[in-house]
Formats: sequence, C-alpha cells, structure tokens
Amino acid sequence: MEISKEKLLDMYRTMLRIRRFEEKCSKEFAAGRIPGTVHLYIGEEAIATGACACLNTDDYITGTHRGHGHVIAKGGHTDRMMAEIYGRKTGYCKGKGGSMHIADPDLGILGANGVVGGGICVASGAGIACQMKEKGQVVVCFLGDGSTNEGAFHEGVNLASIWNLPVLFVIENNLYAEKTRITDTTKIIDLADRCKSYGIPGVSIDGNDVLKVYETVGGAVARAREGKGPTLMECKTYRWRGHFEGDQQGYKAKEEVQAWMQKDPIPRFRAHLTSNRIVADAEADAIDREITDEIENAVKFALDSPFPAPEETEEDVFA
Amino acid sequence: MKELMFSQAENAAFDEEMARDPSVFILGEDIGLYWGGPFGQFRGLIEKYGPRRVRETPISEKAILGGGIGAAAAGMRPCSAMMFVDFLGCAFDEMVNQLQMRYMFGGKIKLPLTILAGIGAGRSTAAQHSKSMLGLLMGVKGLKIVVPSTPYDAKGLLKTSIRDDNPVLFLSHKMLTPIKNKIPDEEYLIPLGKADVKREGKDVTVVATAWMVHVALAAAAKLESEGISVEVVDPRTLVPLDKQTILDSVKKTSRLVVISEEPKTGSSAGQIAAMVAEEGFDYLDAPIRVIGCPDTPVPFSPVLEKYYVPDEARLIKTIKEIV
Repeated sequence: MEISKEKLLDMYRTMLRIRRFEEKCSKEFAAGRIPGTVHLYIGEEAIATGACACLNTDDYITGTHRGHGHVIAKGGHTDRMMAEIYGRKTGYCKGKGGSMHIADPDLGILGANGVVGGGICVASGAGIACQMKEKGQVVVCFLGDGSTNEGAFHEGVNLASIWNLPVLFVIENNLYAEKTRITDTTKIIDLADRCKSYGIPGVSIDGNDVLKVYETVGGAVARAREGKGPTLMECKTYRWRGHFEGDQQGYKAKEEVQAWMQKDPIPRFRAHLTSNRIVADAEADAIDREITDEIENAVKFALDSPFPAPEETEEDVFA
Repeated sequence: MKELMFSQAENAAFDEEMARDPSVFILGEDIGLYWGGPFGQFRGLIEKYGPRRVRETPISEKAILGGGIGAAAAGMRPCSAMMFVDFLGCAFDEMVNQLQMRYMFGGKIKLPLTILAGIGAGRSTAAQHSKSMLGLLMGVKGLKIVVPSTPYDAKGLLKTSIRDDNPVLFLSHKMLTPIKNKIPDEEYLIPLGKADVKREGKDVTVVATAWMVHVALAAAAKLESEGISVEVVDPRTLVPLDKQTILDSVKKTSRLVVISEEPKTGSSAGQIAAMVAEEGFDYLDAPIRVIGCPDTPVPFSPVLEKYYVPDEARLIKTIKEIV
C-alpha cells in the first residue's frame, strides 16, 4: 500500500499530539488544576490515528470515556479541548461537558461518552442516517474491551449487521476494563471472534502498529462505503496509565507494564519513518518540538479563557 | 372532516409528516406488514414509504432509542417506536445519559427525535405493560413530554412533535383507542406547551392528563346536576408545562384537584400541585388535593386494577370534600 509522505507525517504528528496532550493532562491533573477526572489514552495512539486517517470530515465517530485521542485524531483542536477540560467557556462544550463529553458535530465527532458502550447504538443510528442520505459517509465507533460485555454491544452491532449499515466497530482492547482484566470477564481471546454472532467480518490486529490499523480500517471503510455493511475489528493494545489519573494500579504487574512500554507505538512508527528515509531524525525532532509548543499554547489558551457565567447552567437544554 | 379513532389520527399525522419531509422515518418492532403497531397506528405506512423509512427492528430497545438518537444527531428526523413506556426500562441509559447530547455538547447539536410509547392501565396487562411513569419521565432532562387525551389533539401534537428540533416523548394511552373525533381535512398543528380547557367551570379546577381527562369530564357532567361547576384543564404537554393556563383557572375557581394515573409519590400530579402551591397559593380557598394510584406496581386482576386506577367516584368524593 502506497501512502504519501504527507499522510505519514500527518499520522506521526497526530500520534505525538495525542501523547503530548495526554502527558500534559496527567501533569495538570496531578497539580490539581483540572476538575473532575481524566482517563488517558497513552499507549493507544496508533488506533485512533490509523482509523481516523481513513475518514473524511463528514464521516462520523463516536468515542469513549478515554476519548481525547479520538477527538484529536478526527481533527479536534487541542486548545478548545484543553479549555473544555479546564471547564472554560471557550471549550468545545462551553464547559458543560468536560473530558468525557468533548464533541464537535461539525467535525463528525458525536462525542466522547461517559458510559461504557454508550456510543455503540448511537453509532449505528448515525449509520442509519449515512445510509439514508446516500452520500457515502461512514461511522467509526470506538469502544473498549469492557463494552463488548454490555447489552448495548449486542443490540448496536446486530442492528448494524442486519441493515448493512456503514459502521466500523473498533474495539480498543487495552486488557483492562476499569481495574478488571478482560480475561477475567470474557472467555474468548480474540474479541473480534464475536463477529460470528452477527454474520459480519471480524479481524484482530496489532493495535500498536499504526500502519496496520490504517490499512485494516481502510479496507473496512471502503467496504462500508460500497454498502457492504459493518466490520468488527479488535486492536490489541495496552493502557499505560490507570483507569483514571490517580489510580494506583495495584492490579498490574510491573513486568507487564514494562513489556508493553517496549511496544510503544510512537517510537516504533518513528523508526519506520526514519529507517525508510521518509523522514530524517532532525525533522522528526522538529515535529516533536512543534507539537510540544502547541500543547503548551493549548494550556495557556485554557488558562487565559474565562469560566462560563454561572447562569449559563440553564442554557442549551432545548434547541 | 372525517371521524377518526385515536390511532387513526396518529396514523394520519405520520403519513402527512412522512410525505412532507423525507428525513422523517420510523424505527421499531412490529411496525410493518404484519402488525402495524399494537394499535394499528403505523398501518399502511410501510406499503407507502417502504422498509427504509418504516424500519422493522429486532426487539432491541437500546438500539431503537439509541439508533434514533444517533440518526437524529446525524441529520435525520427519526421516530423511535418503543411500543409501551414500560419497555423504556430496557433503554434507560439512552434515556437518561445519551439523550442529553445537546446540553453535554454545549448546545452544538440538534436532536429532532420523537419517542413513541403507549401508556396506561385498564386492559389487565399488569405491572410491565401498564405504567404511565409521567412523573418519573418529567425527571429526565432535555426531553419534552406530550400526553394527548383526544384524537384531535393527538394528530396536531404529533405533527408538532415530529417537527420539533428536540427529543419529544409522545405518549398514547391505550384506553383512548376507541375514542373518535371529527378531524378537519385541512392541516392543523397544536403547539407544545399550550394547555386546553376541556370544560369550563367556576367552582373547582381539575387538572388531568390522557385517560384521566375523560374521567374528569364524566365526573364534571355528574356534578353539574348537583350544582357543582367543574373546570377541566388538560395540560396536553407536561414538558413544557403551561403553568399560566393552570394558574389562571385556579385564580378563577379558587380550588384545585390534580389527578393522574400513576403512583402518587413522584407523580406529575404532585409536580403540578407543588407548582400551584408555590406560584398560586393566594388564589386558593381550600387545600390542593392530589389523586393518584397507590404506591404499588400495577396489579393484574381486573378487580385489583379497578381499585388501582383513579376513577370518577374518587374524583367526585374528593371534589365534594373541598367545595
């Protein structure tokens, strides 16, 4: 598969943007400057990046509570995201949503979602709209391993399958549902095997390989655009951080964490880019500096932004 | 002008709105060729508009409601047919966590979704097919609630609900099925948030919804012969609630009974009574009375169910206690 240098660099930038954004959130949260809670996507960047690289602006995604990466990959601006996480008026949701509900319908982002599996039926519904509008749009539904044990998973995937809806279900299997190992709650090893129940294609892949994700999602998206229906895809990955920031993670073995950190998707992609002479080390370093600056500016934008007026609580209930 | 039953009036509203706007579609179980909905309200639509716009689903309430939410978010104007309101229990996440997208997203999205469900006891369908849950549903934020009591109102309100850019829960009481009204041939719409005074009176205001409107009208007819003049106010929509029409009526009569078919604790009647106590206390010459069902699930046996549902006799007795 031939991918342009521009596209490859875009993907590299996106992965780094997610990583640096999340690292910053971690620090800011630990410093007590972010209200509520945040669930970080560190270690899983290749999935959102590879998948959204296959989409157009008018395609849709639904996200999860670990949703910053999905929003960034679909084109979300880090300054407005950070402002939302800080509860500011300039945030994507004017401070009404926070980390778990960042959304931008203009970018096709139908929201991160605070309920495990909450986006699955919504994604199928967006798929109905895409099918009826006949403009070739598709929906990518990001979901965690834990949500495959929700009733919503069965109802949403089944609906997409019977109507051949243009929806791609991307399971991010990071091995832990909150603090419980997926192997303690699920008897199958490859979660994509559940495709058999719905008579749709399913595939389990290395979710830390951005090019593999891009290639696999690309095929499934093309299939969906042709009206051939949904695909169930499992991306195997690892959640570096806790379920939420501050989670002490006593349930993880150190060796396990270290082994997965060796499989970090970002240096791996960078090595691919440099060894194939697509990008020089100096250029890759420059990208990193550029992204780091962007994230610093995003925090500055958030901190410089006003809070909403308290009375705004009562706005935006009805159109 | 033609005479239509309740479900025929709803059917006419669906037909007109689907003909008018290609983004309107219905999804739900058994709404197509073989049944057309439990009251025939969808009959003939699949033949006319095809299976892409009258989408027969599996028995998957989360997918019916969540699918409606997603389709609305992506620019369609869906109607999610839940069959009976009790089954919303299977889609409670969609109801209380997903439907609130507009607010959570800071007002950046419209959800033009109509949720259709039957309500009410009276047919011995017991605890899982007979609830009304009006007060409970008033607690769901970002949701308008329509509770028509006549075929005429049902048609005009359903058309408005479908055209509304917000989630609207449209509740059809099963005991209203055989009621007929003359329906004009020309199109009409009824705004949400506008109560209707179903009978004018001067001694006491009875606020009633859905089937209870007919119980109130029957009680009012009987009391007239005893010299008590009853005004019956039908809010028609619980959210938004037309407070002004209710308060104006209480100002005129100085007495209020609120009756609704649901357990009294947490009921819509309790909400309306509290509103009048807060905003219309000075108009009152007697304590507000609230009539509801016992605080139990809905029973099965006709004998028990008759005891459960508020009736004319209870309403008459209550009115006489305060007039």
